[in-house]
Amino acid sequence: MAVDNPSHDGAAVGTQNQESYLTHGKGILSWLFTLDHKRIGVMYLVAITSSFFLGGVFALLVRTELLTSGPTIMTADSYNKMFTLHGAVMIFLFIIPGIPAAIGNFVLPLMLGAKDVALPRLNLTSFWFWMVGAVFAVVSIIVGAVDTGWTFYTPYSTTTGTAVISMTLGVFILGFSSIFTGLNFIVTIHKMRPEGMTWFKMPLFLWGLYSTAIIQVLATPILGITLLLLVAERALGVGIFDPTLGGDPVLFQHFFWFYSHPAVYIMILPAMGIISELVSVFSGKHIFGYRFIAWSSIAIAMFSFLVWGHHMFTSGQSGITNMIFSALTFSVAIPSAVKVFNWLATMYKGSIRLATPMLYVLSFLFLFAIGGLTGLFLGALSTDIHLHDTYFVVAHFHYVMFGGTVIAFLGGLHYWWPKMFGKMYSERWGQISALLVFVGFNLTFFTQFVMGSHGMPRRYYNYVEEFTTLHQASTIGSYVLALGFFIMAGYLIHSLFRGKPAPDNPWGSATLEWETSSPPPYYNFDRDFNAGDPYDLKSLQYDPATQGWVRKDPQSIVLAEGGAH
Amino acid sequence: MAAQHHDDDHDPNLAHHFESTEQQRQSAKLGMWLFLATEILFFGGLFVAYTVYRGNHPEVFVFGAHFLDTALGALNTVVLIFSSFTIAWAVRAAQLKQIKLLKWLIIATMLCAFAFLGVKYVEYSAKWKHGLLWAGAYDPHVEHEEAFETIEVEGELHTPEADVEIIEIEEIQPVAEGEIVEPVVAEVEIDPAPVVADPDSSTIAPAARGPEGLAGPVEEADHDLVPVEPLNARVFFSIYFMMTGLHGIHVLGGIAAMLWLLKCLRRGDFDGGHFTKVDMVALYWHVVDIIWIYLFLLLYLID
Repeated sequence: MAVDNPSHDGAAVGTQNQESYLTHGKGILSWLFTLDHKRIGVMYLVAITSSFFLGGVFALLVRTELLTSGPTIMTADSYNKMFTLHGAVMIFLFIIPGIPAAIGNFVLPLMLGAKDVALPRLNLTSFWFWMVGAVFAVVSIIVGAVDTGWTFYTPYSTTTGTAVISMTLGVFILGFSSIFTGLNFIVTIHKMRPEGMTWFKMPLFLWGLYSTAIIQVLATPILGITLLLLVAERALGVGIFDPTLGGDPVLFQHFFWFYSHPAVYIMILPAMGIISELVSVFSGKHIFGYRFIAWSSIAIAMFSFLVWGHHMFTSGQSGITNMIFSALTFSVAIPSAVKVFNWLATMYKGSIRLATPMLYVLSFLFLFAIGGLTGLFLGALSTDIHLHDTYFVVAHFHYVMFGGTVIAFLGGLHYWWPKMFGKMYSERWGQISALLVFVGFNLTFFTQFVMGSHGMPRRYYNYVEEFTTLHQASTIGSYVLALGFFIMAGYLIHSLFRGKPAPDNPWGSATLEWETSSPPPYYNFDRDFNAGDPYDLKSLQYDPATQGWVRKDPQSIVLAEGGAH
Repeated sequence: MAAQHHDDDHDPNLAHHFESTEQQRQSAKLGMWLFLATEILFFGGLFVAYTVYRGNHPEVFVFGAHFLDTALGALNTVVLIFSSFTIAWAVRAAQLKQIKLLKWLIIATMLCAFAFLGVKYVEYSAKWKHGLLWAGAYDPHVEHEEAFETIEVEGELHTPEADVEIIEIEEIQPVAEGEIVEPVVAEVEIDPAPVVADPDSSTIAPAARGPEGLAGPVEEADHDLVPVEPLNARVFFSIYFMMTGLHGIHVLGGIAAMLWLLKCLRRGDFDGGHFTKVDMVALYWHVVDIIWIYLFLLLYLID
């Protein structure tokens, strides 16, 4: 850290000669008890992709069951459990921790030129809480699953015979995991920025993570107390949500959505941060409208707390309440559109490289636009009465969460994969699978918009004959989607063993994480930085020898050499 | 920024990823404040539930609060405020490296925490004995004569929706711990005028509204009468047990944190004037204290 200290390794200063974080410490325990943010990020990555696989299997079972009306492969009760488990696993185990805990953990300190997050022990605790929460969820699946839908609405969730307590305790614990990650990121961004990196010189991914962290810290406790009350309701009968004991079941909905609506912004904000990074790098242009993108993240985080009532337009809220919530819901469209227009303006007259990450950016822009605009249909009171609880809602939600968050996650994963593991994946297979995912996704969910607007209710085991073609098209789409993911898993795993070694900066990005080797050494950097503009792509040039990008003036952002110890 | 902190390189209390002890202390402190914000929001859910139910059914809370022992609640409030003082003094002692004093102040705070839980145990067991439990287990009953007392209703009952259908109470009403003389007969004036809907009230009829034609505003209640139990009085005890129970768990957490401080003290962590750990626990303890003050006001003193 200090200038005059030689490297403790005794090696010449220079990251290339240092041991990478992947080989620093051997054995499973050196991973499970590591305080290194990079290893914790990788463990999270393995954990959440496993959850994604599990949730995906449930989804395929649901879609297969809907190939025909009436029983296809399972009973109606099993079907109820399958869609509940799909939702609960995808939401609580995969998509909420997804980008912040896996990619964010790895990238955030590197982007700050720092050695670690501010509170490494808390970071490990967060991962362990995730594991314990996941165990509770899996136990619930084994001992009887849950058939309430992922929203756990009372009074059904307090009366059903399925394993609700185990699942909700699991989600309760996962909530603390999420809080700890968010808290850690806020402290790290406040206290560990390098010299020269003012708030408005931060990479926009950090603005995304920061606004996400605010929501994680402020909203998740409410979910915690709600689920605790639900557990107490089932275990002791406290009756706060039970009308037969004088309680109020709609209060549960208020509590639940007071967290769970902000939670969808926990899912989308870091995704928007990734897109902001990628769109600039792969367009070869400085990001357009930096401050607007940064502020719109904060604006979305603030609005997110004021719109929960739009989930209860048909739950007996008063007319005036509905109108207020509807108006506030529309206002979320403003910062979202600000982002989309700025991304488009960044691409305008850029030299766009259609590498795999950029294909995901284009997918994102297309799908998120549809997902966002259909949200306005649901925020409008009169159309929502018609569309409430139909496949239209399901399709909207998946266009935003899958078309938005998952697609951005995949883009980020491909973008940072060389940095994480030091290997390049097959670009051709990457493009093929990106195309399959895009086509499969649209086939699966666009059909659901059509079905929903024709009145197909969500969560139904059966359907009338008229919907057969669309349901079958949707199911086939889900198979195409699955094929795309299997190909992706194949070439990514292949790259770990046979991939070309990655250069330090394969894409020509100007953020600090590309200033160290791929994969980074245990202590991340051998320099202290005087950070400049994170989107000054002109300061880089392509170096054919390493097949990567290097700075024209390597000393321009260096504050002090040394310090890798 | 690296060069000026050369001296910190050999400080065993400085983690490798920080530039300076000051940066480390600031990070810990910001993290703790954020954590405390989540704690307050965690309780916030229960405070919202309290507000919603009290807004809809004020009579339930006025009734339920009679069964809480204000004297014991006040005693606990004093105990906790005193413990806040001792832990604040402990931070000061840690800053001044008064290790021996620090040890005794931590122990004193811990004893206060145990005293608080002891008093809470007395209160809970009295509730348990009389079946004054959360809604699902609510079963008010009388086992010993001395367990009853006549409740003095101070002032007037202004609850327009109080259930007054029972004029003569044959059975003994459940009352708080203490003593009683004999079965009490409640006499309430009945205003035969029909209930006039309150324009400000929720469109959903409150569950505690009495049958039409019988219910009416209680103009004045005699001072020696037992308040008649409103419908769903049990909800009060659900909220009481959830709030005080969750708070009690946090007191246990505080005891654990102070045991950890004593372990750190024994290891010599505080010898160099490193008071951050004591500071963190103290902040947590103050929040536990503040939450109790609100619980005391909102549950015990609403008559």
